[in-house]
Amino acid sequence: MDLTLNSHDQAGHTVLAVSGEVDVYTAPALRDRIADLLDSGQHRLVIDLGGVEFLDSTGLGVLVAGLNRAREVGGSLSLVCPQERVLKLFRITGLDEVFTVYSTVDEALAGSSAG
Amino acid sequence: MTGTAAGTDVTVTLRLPPSAAHVRTARLIAAAMARRSGVGEEILDEVRLAVGEACARAVRMQERQGMAAPVTVEFAETGRFRVSVVDGAKTGSGDELTAMANGAGAPAPWADPSGDALGLALLGAVVQDLVVDQEADGGTRVTMSWPLI
Repeated sequence: MDLTLNSHDQAGHTVLAVSGEVDVYTAPALRDRIADLLDSGQHRLVIDLGGVEFLDSTGLGVLVAGLNRAREVGGSLSLVCPQERVLKLFRITGLDEVFTVYSTVDEALAGSSAG
Repeated sequence: MTGTAAGTDVTVTLRLPPSAAHVRTARLIAAAMARRSGVGEEILDEVRLAVGEACARAVRMQERQGMAAPVTVEFAETGRFRVSVVDGAKTGSGDELTAMANGAGAPAPWADPSGDALGLALLGAVVQDLVVDQEADGGTRVTMSWPLI
């Protein structure tokens, strides 16, 4: 499977670094990892999409579901997306209005704490 | 080469098992075919995304209806690089799907839990020339094309 997920705790958040291809085949693994983090009490998530080479609508759907679940448990889910080609997908689907998208992990940690 | 009903010359036909694992295969082949046909490098990302979305949709629809028949992907070059993705799943009319891809009736495509609306919204956004037809057997043919350099 061409998807790698690594998480670590940083500044009161859990940063989940996603790299590779997030598509109809690999997206369930991302969905499960986000669910596991939320279930284990890590409610303040920063998803770092910096290493994502490909993202399709299934991947976008998993992120939306993750955001909804995080909000249900009183948590947060913000995104880090430095790549224009990936950002474009959020814009054309209107999801840039739904997510808070940062260009670096540090900005996400600072912004998310302030919010 | 023999012409199809649409009057185009199909150069390569791919028959994929309706499994999510093979959607990536279709994307890789689509990008390779597009490059070979002379599609601009800056458009390859769109080709990859659009063919992936069309195949993911076809696979999802067939899985939902328990259809094991292969999904067909046809590549042709007749002035433009043309890709058709054909599934056998019973769905709404081609007009409905075309309207969804063009954003009609779906103010927030991401709110659709099935993911279908989001996929169609992406397809509609990255493909300028998108046609959705209903096949005689009730399946769907999604045809998209891009200019050659």
